[in-house]
Amino acid sequence: MQLATDGPVMADGSALPTSDGRDVILSSRDLRIDFNRFAAVDGVSLDIERGHIHALIGPNGAGKTTCFNLLTKFLTPTAGSILFEGKDITALKPAEVARLGMVRSFQISAVFDQLSVLQNVRIALQRKSGDSFAFWQSENRLRRFDDEAMALLKGVGLDTMARTRASELSYGRKRALELATTLAIEPKMLLLDEPMAGMAHEDIDRMADLILAAAEGRTILMVEHNLSVVSRLAHRITVLARGKVLAAGDYKTVAADQRVIEAYLGGGSHG
Amino acid sequence: MAEPLSITPDFVPVVPAERDDKALHRVIFIVLALAICVAPAFIYPVFLMKVLCFALFASAFNLLFGYAGLLSFGHAAFFGLASYVSAYTAKFWGITPELAILAGTAAGALLGLAFGAIAIRRQGIYFAMITLALAQMVYFFSVQRPDFTNGEDGIQAVPRGHLFGLFDLSNDMTLYWTVAAIFMGAMLLIHRFVHSPYGQVLQAVRDNERRAVSLGYRAQRYKLMAFVMSAAIASLAGATKAIVFQVATLVDVHWSMSGEPILMALVGGVGTIFGPLVGAAVMTTLQNYLVSAGSWITVIQGVIFVLCVLTFRAGIVGTIADRLKRNL
Ligand SMILES: Nc1ncnc2c1ncn2[C@@H]1O[C@H](COP(=O)(O)OP(=O)(O)O)[C@@H](O)[C@H]1O
Ligand SMILES: [Mg+2]
Repeated sequence: MQLATDGPVMADGSALPTSDGRDVILSSRDLRIDFNRFAAVDGVSLDIERGHIHALIGPNGAGKTTCFNLLTKFLTPTAGSILFEGKDITALKPAEVARLGMVRSFQISAVFDQLSVLQNVRIALQRKSGDSFAFWQSENRLRRFDDEAMALLKGVGLDTMARTRASELSYGRKRALELATTLAIEPKMLLLDEPMAGMAHEDIDRMADLILAAAEGRTILMVEHNLSVVSRLAHRITVLARGKVLAAGDYKTVAADQRVIEAYLGGGSHG
Repeated sequence: MAEPLSITPDFVPVVPAERDDKALHRVIFIVLALAICVAPAFIYPVFLMKVLCFALFASAFNLLFGYAGLLSFGHAAFFGLASYVSAYTAKFWGITPELAILAGTAAGALLGLAFGAIAIRRQGIYFAMITLALAQMVYFFSVQRPDFTNGEDGIQAVPRGHLFGLFDLSNDMTLYWTVAAIFMGAMLLIHRFVHSPYGQVLQAVRDNERRAVSLGYRAQRYKLMAFVMSAAIASLAGATKAIVFQVATLVDVHWSMSGEPILMALVGGVGTIFGPLVGAAVMTTLQNYLVSAGSWITVIQGVIFVLCVLTFRAGIVGTIADRLKRNL
């Protein structure tokens, strides 16, 4: 079994490519954060290979969301380091991490409520344009992004609702809008926190399709509880329990791991 | 894959295309300009100027609260400081009124930059409390420095002077056209500010700051810019008011002055361009009718405030906008 934590780190801190030929895009070393002396994430080392869909699973409260917050710098780790494409991003601000091409979603859907569906996607397209501080120009300038935004909306099946206020979308559609918005900034890597939580069955299948399509030429790290989805999508799985990596590997390896079975049975719920 | 995620059709309000809203806004601005032109034929111009100054003040507050989601309890600091600077420079430096107003606005904007840099690090009620605390510092400074503020009496008998050294503003109508021009200019500026590429990002930050950050936006910079712009326009209102009424007093920096634009924006409609103007007109008129009621004004305003918060969330213009399904 190939543990995801055993990739060698080069002297200059760069972790790619490793000696066994793996191209690691994101890695963490001994990542840790203490909330009032309680370590929610306790020495997590991860290696995410470029082009993989990597699933992060584990019981509730295991520290998965906190891990996402650390990797994207929404939280500052107490100890440890994070490398993205060989660059040490441990000291960066979250907006700078996003600008490097690593974009995360949130466990609770995050759309810009008062803006229209089209405007939501345009916000993302606008970011690289350099006129985001132009307060003296008309917003008509943003119409140059309309075609691109519509194409992205079509990709997630929302093109017919372009002028709907985002707050009025159903939950499943909000998540789809989120994905379209995220893809609009063409990130190299996506971190999706429970993208299917709270969705109806048919929506789950569609979202899985969307994620597969989004994974084309990208790396995805996702938290997901639905194990059938995980087995269908993920190349690699890391199991987290009580802030620590319990096991890592492909689905078969992880599913057969005695500690994982115990953690899931002992931990009670995983939904 | 091109099908919608959820098959069940649901009712979804549609946002009108921006160009539809733009055309409507243009019409409203033209009507507003016409109304401002004919109003002095029916209404006492000094009263109208008071409405315009407070409409500007309320619009400044609303720019920050309605479009950046930042609730300030301290806008009297900018309004009041600008009032003092404008009055002081016009009276003691003898500069022309437009320069005095400019000086007041610049001073308030700079104060806004300093206060904003401190306050935007916090969110929600903490942000509001910090703005209140900072504004109280300005109030105490004003009490402590009578050499600048003339203490309890305030700076009185400020000369209205000659606009550009040419037009005598002691004539109420000349002054009225000046104030009307300042007001329209600032309203158009606010409109552009909100409906610009920058304004779009600002509203995104307001709706979901973490999400905007996760898309790579440095949210603090957008909020700071809105704070400074809001402070500058509140200052413009205060500086202009000092020239119109020829006084600058402690009332201008008192915390209760921070409450005025809050109430006006709430009554008119937070997050609408035209709401604060309507709110200012309604509240100023009400205050005018109720002068005889003395301290009951405060009670009545309190009741209106509570009613607005409890039952009339959208305000007058906000309610109309909802009915028309338009952004106003
Ligand atoms: N900001 C915080 N302050 C204190 N405790 C936190 C904070 N965020 C998360 N936690 C705690 O850290 C643990 C891990 O939480 P989380 O990462 O959300 O778990 P998961 O996403 O795996 O369900 C939980 O016990 C949670 O209560
Ligand atoms: Mg979680």
